[in-house]
Amino acid sequence: MNEKTLDLKVEIGGVVLKNPVTVASGTFGSGREFSEFIDLNKLGAVTVKGVSSAPWKGNPAPRIAETYGGMLNSVGLQNPGVEEFIKNDIPFLREYDTKIIVNIAGKTIEEYCDVAEKLSHADIDLIELNISCPNVKEGGVAFGTDPHMAREVTKEVKRHSKHPVIVKLSPNVTDITEIAKAAIEGGADGLSLINTLLGMAIDIHKRKPILANVVGGFSGPAIKPVALRMVYQAAKAVSVPIIGMGGISTGEDAIEFILAGATAIAVGTANFRNPKATMDVLDGIKEYMISNGIKSLNEIRGVI
Amino acid sequence: MIWEEVMKEIKHAMIQENRMIAPGMYSMTLQAEDIAKLAKPGQFVNLYCKGEARLLPRPISICEINKEEGTINLIYAVVGKGTGEFSQLEEGDTVEVLGPLGNGFMIDENKKKHIVVGGGVGTPPLLELVKHLKGEIDVYLGFRSYPILVEDFESLGARVHIATEDGSVDFKGNVLELMKKENANGDIIYACGPKLMLKAVSEWAASNDIPMQVSLEERMACGIGACVGCVCKTKKKEDKDWQHRKVCKDGPVFWHTEVIWDE
Repeated sequence: MNEKTLDLKVEIGGVVLKNPVTVASGTFGSGREFSEFIDLNKLGAVTVKGVSSAPWKGNPAPRIAETYGGMLNSVGLQNPGVEEFIKNDIPFLREYDTKIIVNIAGKTIEEYCDVAEKLSHADIDLIELNISCPNVKEGGVAFGTDPHMAREVTKEVKRHSKHPVIVKLSPNVTDITEIAKAAIEGGADGLSLINTLLGMAIDIHKRKPILANVVGGFSGPAIKPVALRMVYQAAKAVSVPIIGMGGISTGEDAIEFILAGATAIAVGTANFRNPKATMDVLDGIKEYMISNGIKSLNEIRGVI
Repeated sequence: MIWEEVMKEIKHAMIQENRMIAPGMYSMTLQAEDIAKLAKPGQFVNLYCKGEARLLPRPISICEINKEEGTINLIYAVVGKGTGEFSQLEEGDTVEVLGPLGNGFMIDENKKKHIVVGGGVGTPPLLELVKHLKGEIDVYLGFRSYPILVEDFESLGARVHIATEDGSVDFKGNVLELMKKENANGDIIYACGPKLMLKAVSEWAASNDIPMQVSLEERMACGIGACVGCVCKTKKKEDKDWQHRKVCKDGPVFWHTEVIWDE
């Protein structure tokens, strides 16, 4: 068995990714910065930073705090709006042989639908519905922590989108399966989880929070056990494909998520520590498959 | 296309020297040919801690670039566990480094009388800058107690003026008070230091109608423009609106008139 004989293809919402490795929205821009470090052609998909109907300015700085084995961010979905995104970023990404997953954000159902509709005419592959950002006051996570709201926004976005829709879930809930099922009832073609955990850090010398926004999204290797547990629970509860993420920085991490039931995996915060993290993860997955005589990840997916 | 030939990457750099130059301040010289070859005054590098506990790179400004020797010099303050780890490294150790990052100072060859303003640990990137300036150079430096790099600036032919908050060296007070006392004048200002200092000098520059470039600092995650963490508030050229721009990728050097200082 060698690299050539491996079958790495995965399918989400009818879209075939050449391998299961993508990136977590917001950690990779639209790929431009990382194209100086890695060959984007080697990624299964690029999941872009969240886009909204109109431009969003985002939260004040400081937006970043390092914590043990992880970090907090309170960027607040700063983005130039969907029209600028379509004009500038899609032509760039289409130069590469990789799928395009567009993360969409909104403060109301109408705003989400507006982005989905504008993207319907754009050359992209999948929509990732962001109902889980902890850094925007209205919308965002408000939709992701209430099953009724999650179902409604998914249903409406599905109605306005020509592309398959993945729903990105928040871990800041008591029962992840409840929200997962609600998204499926709304028509989700897949799920991605987890978004960041709500966290906080304090500067004891200034006696003030480090983040200007006081609280922010916690990510990085430290959150992996929580992410893995939630992917495992969601995979048991629903049958749509899941993109697993949360603290993945090696091939071994990725394999854990696949054993827990993930169809694909996303590398997030690790990109900040190591701009080649996605390639290390992909190589690690292949090495594991070769050394264990696994031809397709279907052989091990969800066996836990 | 052969990707390996054009790709950027984090590299292990050999430490030639790493020593304390003032309380809590260290000077590290790295063997880093690729960075030295490309680097310009005002750019920075990412230094990485060992392991994943301290996950994020530390952005450190480049103090000196030696293209012939293939080395760069970094001067950094120990402000936490990450920089504390760096301070323990010894000659012959290696450290992971990525760079050069960001845009440096924009040097205008037509300017002949330069005012260079540094505050504390904002001083180091100005040393490489001064090497590239032609004409008269006045360097105003402000420190809490311990001045750094004074002889280095003097050896480049610059006039150095020092302010210390506690008066332990030369003028007692802040750097702007010193500039006013000495009737600082020139046709361009380059500044790097704490935001409050930059804001005060920016107001003085505006009232004296002198153009000024400022090098900003902000908490960063990636240092390469991807995370959108390290933003500063800036005016938009075309209208009255404002926008957040990335310190790492759009800066760290900005024209002072672009920056909104109210935060």
